[in-house]
Amino acid sequence: MTNEEFTKTINSWVPEAECSEEGSEFLNVIVPKEKLIELITKLKEDHSTHLDYMFCLTCVDWPEHFQMVYHLKSSDLDHMLVLKVNLEDKENPEVETVCQLYRTAELHEREVYDLFGVRFLNHPDLRRILLTDDWEGYPLRKDYVDEINIVSL
Amino acid sequence: MEQDVIVSSDGTQEYFINMGPQHPSTHGVLRLVLTLDGEILEKVEPHIGYIHRSIEKMCEKDNYRQIIHLTDRMDYLSAHINNHAVCLAIEKALEVEIPERVKYIRVIMDELTRISSHTLWWGVMGMDLGAITSFLYGFRDHEHITEIFEETCGARLTMNYNVPGGVMYDLHPNFVQRVKDFIKDFKVKLVEYDTLLSGNIIFLERTKGIGILSKEDAISFGVTGPAGRASGFSCDVRKKEPYGIYDQLDFKEILYTEGDTFSRYKARIDEMWESIKIIEQLIDKIPEGDFQAKTRNVIKLPKGEFYQKVETARGELGLYIVSTGGMNPYRLKFRSPGFSNLSALDKMARGGKIADLVAIMSTLDLVVPDIDR
Repeated sequence: MTNEEFTKTINSWVPEAECSEEGSEFLNVIVPKEKLIELITKLKEDHSTHLDYMFCLTCVDWPEHFQMVYHLKSSDLDHMLVLKVNLEDKENPEVETVCQLYRTAELHEREVYDLFGVRFLNHPDLRRILLTDDWEGYPLRKDYVDEINIVSL
Repeated sequence: MEQDVIVSSDGTQEYFINMGPQHPSTHGVLRLVLTLDGEILEKVEPHIGYIHRSIEKMCEKDNYRQIIHLTDRMDYLSAHINNHAVCLAIEKALEVEIPERVKYIRVIMDELTRISSHTLWWGVMGMDLGAITSFLYGFRDHEHITEIFEETCGARLTMNYNVPGGVMYDLHPNFVQRVKDFIKDFKVKLVEYDTLLSGNIIFLERTKGIGILSKEDAISFGVTGPAGRASGFSCDVRKKEPYGIYDQLDFKEILYTEGDTFSRYKARIDEMWESIKIIEQLIDKIPEGDFQAKTRNVIKLPKGEFYQKVETARGELGLYIVSTGGMNPYRLKFRSPGFSNLSALDKMARGGKIADLVAIMSTLDLVVPDIDR
């Protein structure tokens, strides 16, 4: 499926989704967080899109919001798509988990929770994964301060 | 009379065993908490992060040239391929045209790295199942490649040989001959590998039909590399999204459908034959020319997002760079193959015997720094 066809299909499913190709090699789709599960389920299960392989899940800390980034690929049709969700509430970022659809998300979401503090609703086992349970703060946030271990130049 | 121990209907009790972080077959500081009913595994829960160094955070402070050497500290057995990934991403973003000679050198080095990683894996897998001989054989061949690397790159393990636009130095004058000698020698050794393990009845009993992962699960868990392809998931980045000169080469993507421990084993052995084939196609044809394209000293990537995939010895390594146009990345994420492959361990081992866990783990070929980053 080409990017134009993707844009058309996605807009027919979720009109709120914003599609753009600017500054990236993939088609980027920004979707409101309430619509994430609806869209991602369709993208995975529809035969024309069939994006069944999530090859990357991560988060970016922008000044105004957190952005969840899901890289999706189809194992048989070989097309790719990037889905993004902006989490405006920086104090208490929350988003629905996708691990019922993609099992790989289970560990990747735990990692994002551990390093960014994004809470995944309905995740089966949300706790810290790389750091110890009593660690304070979320190291990959831009405002994280650690005077002992991080030397700022 | 009242019982104070909770027992199931057949009178047995569930219990926990802690495996690792110091355990010879976890190959590094990986800890597994096993829930057992007798000798049957009910749950395998990995606990990771013992050597987490926050490489992604470090990258946000480093410039692009400094990032390269951090990546060979992740998956140290695929050091050269990891470096290659970063350089490809930078070159793609800057739209640098790299000389043909560099492409040849990089692919030969990548395939030598793959063979060296697989020989080590083969040796260690045998040892995990109680065969010391294979460990010595595997290390012997691994050592030959390490020496070839040392001569050209100056380092044996963390080579840091790639730089943006090319490689750090030209090939050593002995390189071509030594690689040819090695390939000639290794073709004989690889047959020996089959004689020692692949046809061994004890080995077959312990691997065939054990730890099965279906194709759907492999895709869902994101299991890539030889482990994913053994389940029938066609995920070889060299074929699917070719980089370097892989699109001009003649080699097969190894696919099996069984998804058991033995097919994961077989996939790696076959992959070594394919790597030999690739090196043989290239070694006599390395074109003359520069070994580095000119790049600026201070690299600034344009604003935007860049994603680069490469096929390491363990699977698909992804590099996601978010740049705001500065000297350092705004965010850099390594999608490491080991992390995703580990997540499927519970699925493979559940319901099997505790003794099989070590064999299953061996065929996932976990490298812990790659998982923890």
